[in-house]
Amino acid sequence: MKRPTGLRVVVLAYLGVIVALPVGYLIYRAFSKGFSSFMSQVTQPGAVHALVLSLEVAAIAVPLNTIVGVGAALLFARHRFWGHRVLDLCFDIPVAVSPVIIGVALVLAYSKIGWWGSWLATQGISVLFSVTGIVLATTAVSLPYVLRSTLPVLLESGTDQEEAARTLGSGPLRTFWYITLPVIRWGVLYGVVLTLARTLGEFGAVVVVSGNISGLTQTLPIYIYDSWDQNYNAQASFDNALILAAIAVVALVVLGILRSKERNHRGDLA
Amino acid sequence: MAILLNRVTKSYGSRRVVDDVTTSIDDGSLTVILGPSGSGKSTLLRLIAGLETLDSGTVAIDGQDVTFQDVRDRNIGFCFQHYAPFRHMTVAKNVGFGLKVRKQSRADIDRRVGELLEIVRLSDKANRYPSQLSGGERQRMALARALAIEPRVLLLDEPFGALDAQVRVELRSWLRDFHHRIPVTTIMVTHDQQEAMEVADQLIIMAEGAIQQTGDPRHIYASPSNEFVQGFLGPITNFGGVPVRPHDLEIRGANAPGEHAVVTAIQNFGFEVRVDLRTEHDTSCWVQLSTREAETLSLSVGDAVTVSVRHEPALMI
Amino acid sequence: MALALSDHSSIVTITPPPSRRRRFVVSKIGRIGGISLIATYLSIIVVIPVTALVLHGIGFGISTNGAGPALWRWSWHLSPMVFIHALQLPGAVHAIGLSLWLSLLVAFINCVMGLAIAWVLVRDEFPGKRILDGFIDLPFALPTIVAGVVFVFLYGPASPLHVDLFETWIGLMVALLFVTIPFSVRAVQPVLEHLDRADEEAALTLGAGPVRRYLTVVLPSLAPAALAGFGLAFARAIGEFGSIALISGGVARTTPGSAYVFMLTGSFQWAQAAAVSTALLLLSLVVLITSSVASRRISKRLGS
Repeated sequence: MKRPTGLRVVVLAYLGVIVALPVGYLIYRAFSKGFSSFMSQVTQPGAVHALVLSLEVAAIAVPLNTIVGVGAALLFARHRFWGHRVLDLCFDIPVAVSPVIIGVALVLAYSKIGWWGSWLATQGISVLFSVTGIVLATTAVSLPYVLRSTLPVLLESGTDQEEAARTLGSGPLRTFWYITLPVIRWGVLYGVVLTLARTLGEFGAVVVVSGNISGLTQTLPIYIYDSWDQNYNAQASFDNALILAAIAVVALVVLGILRSKERNHRGDLA
Repeated sequence: MAILLNRVTKSYGSRRVVDDVTTSIDDGSLTVILGPSGSGKSTLLRLIAGLETLDSGTVAIDGQDVTFQDVRDRNIGFCFQHYAPFRHMTVAKNVGFGLKVRKQSRADIDRRVGELLEIVRLSDKANRYPSQLSGGERQRMALARALAIEPRVLLLDEPFGALDAQVRVELRSWLRDFHHRIPVTTIMVTHDQQEAMEVADQLIIMAEGAIQQTGDPRHIYASPSNEFVQGFLGPITNFGGVPVRPHDLEIRGANAPGEHAVVTAIQNFGFEVRVDLRTEHDTSCWVQLSTREAETLSLSVGDAVTVSVRHEPALMI
Repeated sequence: MALALSDHSSIVTITPPPSRRRRFVVSKIGRIGGISLIATYLSIIVVIPVTALVLHGIGFGISTNGAGPALWRWSWHLSPMVFIHALQLPGAVHAIGLSLWLSLLVAFINCVMGLAIAWVLVRDEFPGKRILDGFIDLPFALPTIVAGVVFVFLYGPASPLHVDLFETWIGLMVALLFVTIPFSVRAVQPVLEHLDRADEEAALTLGAGPVRRYLTVVLPSLAPAALAGFGLAFARAIGEFGSIALISGGVARTTPGSAYVFMLTGSFQWAQAAAVSTALLLLSLVVLITSSVASRRISKRLGS
């Protein structure tokens, strides 16, 4: 069949204007004042502190959501229990609604003006304007990715291999470690990379709960926002945005590799 | 008796998949459970293995009640319909998995795996991955893996179901021969009656969750206990209001004794010929002839003949 | 070999000793434990906050005073007027309306462009196609605030292209088109990949031209996926904040719902923020449900 080249031109032009132009401009602006200027912007104490906080938050949120995601995937794939649809749905809520709304919801539940706030305060836990709140918000908005990347792999692989292991005398832990995990590892890793990308880049939910206290509750995305919105320091914005963009690109490349691994793995016995 | 099932029942929701099954399986036998799809035969096999929990009844293996025993304590070898190879392990690792679980020494595992691969003729493929094997080879690997743990019982779920016709035939006779050498009690599930007849020394026929008939395959073929069994084991045709095997009918010249009939169609399959007839009572039936018989009769459509039941027939009700 | 049924009489139903049952029980406890853990986690992170938000939003104000778990000493005062009042705030209705029509527009444009892009990615062949394919996910992986910063400079007052979209709805639209592209493309692409070429070839043998083939054979099979993509893109657009936070300029005319909620939180108007959030939540719920129902209807009618 003849290929419509006209359509190709339209598509490339659209993607060029909507996607390539902004990304190209970001790279151009980040380095327009030279590499040393770029380095000086990203090594500002505020920027470094923000980056470190972002990484710390990710170090908590990513493992949590990975364990919960894999656990939930195993439960959903292998057992039909009362209410599993409701649980399944709950996983998607945080990414289906605005992160700003998630932020407001967390404040209304856990801050001093919220339901549990006074009680939490007596326990010495403060959620609004604190790192705890940032961790909570970040964990919420990156909730479903591991589950969503693992569940289809589990469903597709079926239970045959696990049952075979059981007939050979393997207990649940051994079966999970030696049989299930190798089957789902690329799927899990895919979800982990997505979770990481989302946690490092989260803005809307975090900016609501963090109170934006510079040097204390500023993650890198908030630092970037603040550099422009409060301080009109375009260069600081751009240079640090490039750091986040670079992380995103690396994540994309890793995801691409994982997808092809996953495809090969699946194609094995097709 | 190696395996005793007593009033075994299993339902999924309101559907009874296995309905009050009671039977026994001889030590060292090769028993085939035969039935159409949905007859509950695979579920029965999984109940024996412990992969499903039964609703009521008991399962005993070697005189020991295993009804509430976990699969992994039952020491059974199970071959899955699609072989369930561990895709990320080599053939040798697959076969050795059960031994590793049993904490055998490396040397023992290697030796035993070597022996088994020899038996299933996969020694040269020990370090391949399942994806690099053919269907028949995967099947044999799965068999070796199940046998590695020296199971009390070997359970095969549609073992040849996913294979090419030619490989199936090869593997069937290989399995017979193999069972002869290693006479572990084996139960195999299939929906293919030819396969069942060829392999089984005990046959269990199932339909709608219940056992229809058990016994020696030739005996069952010759005297099926009901019409379902008769129809399922081979083609039947209706002659004088009675179901008969079409090869038990005989066609002779128009003057011979028997019922008068007219040939309405002839289909030649090469190895056999099917002749459709309309009898004097205006009923239709068909007869299966060998090619040689057909040649001798040299029939053509419209010929007047007589049809009768062969002498010493295996007439069945 | 005859099967002597009398053999079975020797088996009596034995109540299993506890040790044999242990593994059943352990696996059951494990499952129930797992479910409860996940349910608890979801409650803390999702269910309690969203419930709190909606209850506050519809005027179920829950006042707490002093220490101790607030839930035990709350006083209910349902006042739907809170909801009404919040929506009467200057700009609230405008913000929600802007979110609604802008998101519908963006979802529609990208629904069409998503079909075109997916087509080119699946059926066309040209150097660099694989890179382009990976490129589609970039807006998804890129932190939204990064996009926000880029857009405010690229299309802001100091635009190097001399295209000033600052504080205009077109500026918002461009940003939203950017962030929703992956949803529209990825919803359709796998379906197109698995589409049976025989249908099209049948149409070809019947003399159908490329446009007619696309409209009569391909498009109907893609419609459910495209609709699902529309729903996802809409949900993303109506909730989007980071990429439009800067280009909207914070003026009422170009402040959509999510940015409006953010402004309310800045002045600690939490009850009002909850009310507007609830309204936005309902809107995206309605559109998501509608698009998924429509998508299911169509695919059912196609018999797939």
